[in-house]
Amino acid sequence: MAITASGITVSLGGKPILQGVDAQVRPSEVLGLIGPNGAGKTTLLRVLAALLAPDRGSVDYDGAAARELGRAMLARRVAFLAQGGEAPAALSVEALVGFGRLPHRRPFAEAAEADRQAVARVLALCDVESFAGRAVGTLSGGERRRVLLARALAVEAPYLLADEPLAGLDPQHQLDSLQLLRRISRGGTGVVVVLHDLALAARFCDRLLLLDRGRRVADGPAADVLDDVRLAQVFGVQALRGAHAGEPFLMPWRTLDNEATP
Amino acid sequence: MTPQASPGIRPAPLLGLLALAVLALTGASMAVGYAPLALGQAVADLLAGQKSLPALVLYELRLPRALLGALVGFSLGMAGAAMQGLLRNPLAEPGVIGISSAAAFGAVLTFYSGLSASLALALPLGGIAGALVATVILFILLGRGASTTTLILAGVALNSFAGAATALALNLAPNPYAALEIVFWLMGSLADRSMNHVALVLPLMLLGWVLLVSTAPALDALSLGEDTAASLGFDLGWLRARLIGGAALAVGSAVAVTGAIGFVGLVVPHLLRPLVGHRPGRLLVASGFGGAMLVLAADIGVRLMPVRPELKLGVVTALIGAPFLFALVQRLRREAM
Repeated sequence: MAITASGITVSLGGKPILQGVDAQVRPSEVLGLIGPNGAGKTTLLRVLAALLAPDRGSVDYDGAAARELGRAMLARRVAFLAQGGEAPAALSVEALVGFGRLPHRRPFAEAAEADRQAVARVLALCDVESFAGRAVGTLSGGERRRVLLARALAVEAPYLLADEPLAGLDPQHQLDSLQLLRRISRGGTGVVVVLHDLALAARFCDRLLLLDRGRRVADGPAADVLDDVRLAQVFGVQALRGAHAGEPFLMPWRTLDNEATP
Repeated sequence: MTPQASPGIRPAPLLGLLALAVLALTGASMAVGYAPLALGQAVADLLAGQKSLPALVLYELRLPRALLGALVGFSLGMAGAAMQGLLRNPLAEPGVIGISSAAAFGAVLTFYSGLSASLALALPLGGIAGALVATVILFILLGRGASTTTLILAGVALNSFAGAATALALNLAPNPYAALEIVFWLMGSLADRSMNHVALVLPLMLLGWVLLVSTAPALDALSLGEDTAASLGFDLGWLRARLIGGAALAVGSAVAVTGAIGFVGLVVPHLLRPLVGHRPGRLLVASGFGGAMLVLAADIGVRLMPVRPELKLGVVTALIGAPFLFALVQRLRREAM
């Protein structure tokens, strides 16, 4: 049981984006995709979601290729949260989240009781039920991110792939969202999440996959992946490290090309 | 914008009401005309199979005009909603992909060649041929997996080419009367069409409507972006193919029988969107009924107005439609602030 990608190579417009990358996410774990801008994180996530066919390499979903599963089955198995978050401004939050049930509904059938319950569940889970009736265009940036996360969770798929779900969230909702992702992973969901905040990635992900210029540099627990050498070579930064209640943490502290930074 | 989203009206009652309104306007359209007609008598004679004068007026003049008004309006309204859903742009309309201009050019060619004078259905057949050729060109241009931008560009190219070719036909017209005939036809009208026209376009339009309606769930998903729609299990290439094919069939045959009737496909979806809770999928059929209402009402209007010869339908729908667009601009500006 896993989404397994092996030897993924992708070029876009003649430019190599990913070169022979292996990745795997299993049920009940949170895998963090990290790396500097342009490392290929979003491209790898789109390949894992079968939105982009790799030039070389293969992806299988619990042992079956996307083609064998078919679009409908795959849509119920893998939920995808896109980076941008496009949505019609006048649509209600509840209707938007309800679109997450489309893979479960027969065309033109009204939403079934099971769909309504699923929507109610994720509205509560993401703490957005108080504005279920509001128009999407009236939400703040952070509220909007949470609603879009609720839409992806409404699919109730065994795997969730989320591209920068924390963008634009305040610290409270960043922590809330990551705790939520962890909680649903403990319920059995395999979660892949693209993150830029190394401190949060280290704290909340069971495993980190570090990409640099289209190659997999490291894959493992945060303590192994984010050592001083890799932080310096890949990100060009130095981090402060500490521990709280027996849990290690790190905080990117200064760039290496500027030794004068206090 | 109010913070609460408009929840819309439940689909069944809304579509029922709109359908009733279309029926009522179709009836009203049959009751309106230049010669006095006892409608009850005409219907009774027609149903009894008596070829009385009222029955003939009804069957040869009033009925095809009313039916075509409803069919053409439905096609334009639905195709407009479909294009706005596909391109996720409120300014999209059925003509955006170039099919209407190509259909118009096909029809103009039959004028120009004199074919339309010798064969009654040459004009709509020419229009349909133009639409089909344009659709084939569009599919070849787009290939597999083309982006929305490519589609818009291909539409712009087709539109300019068909527009230029139509202008060329006018330029080379053998005499001023031929040119005038073409210009008047291009303005759009439902006058003097027969049941043969209805029989010609009805199957094509029905097929187009089925194709367009089949995209409803995919259009809902597409409103969240292309990646999200694909992740929800919808094949975007197949979606685009059905929308282009459906719009070509419905709008191509509409233009082929009536000429260009503007603004219906652009304005009607905007008017009805709040009633369907802003869901692109639910908008399709509602917008079809709305288009039928607008075209029927405008066509009743041109016959009631004391202007002879009657105003062209395309001119009237544009005159009615433009103020709605001004209002839309105002609303979009307020929402942007």
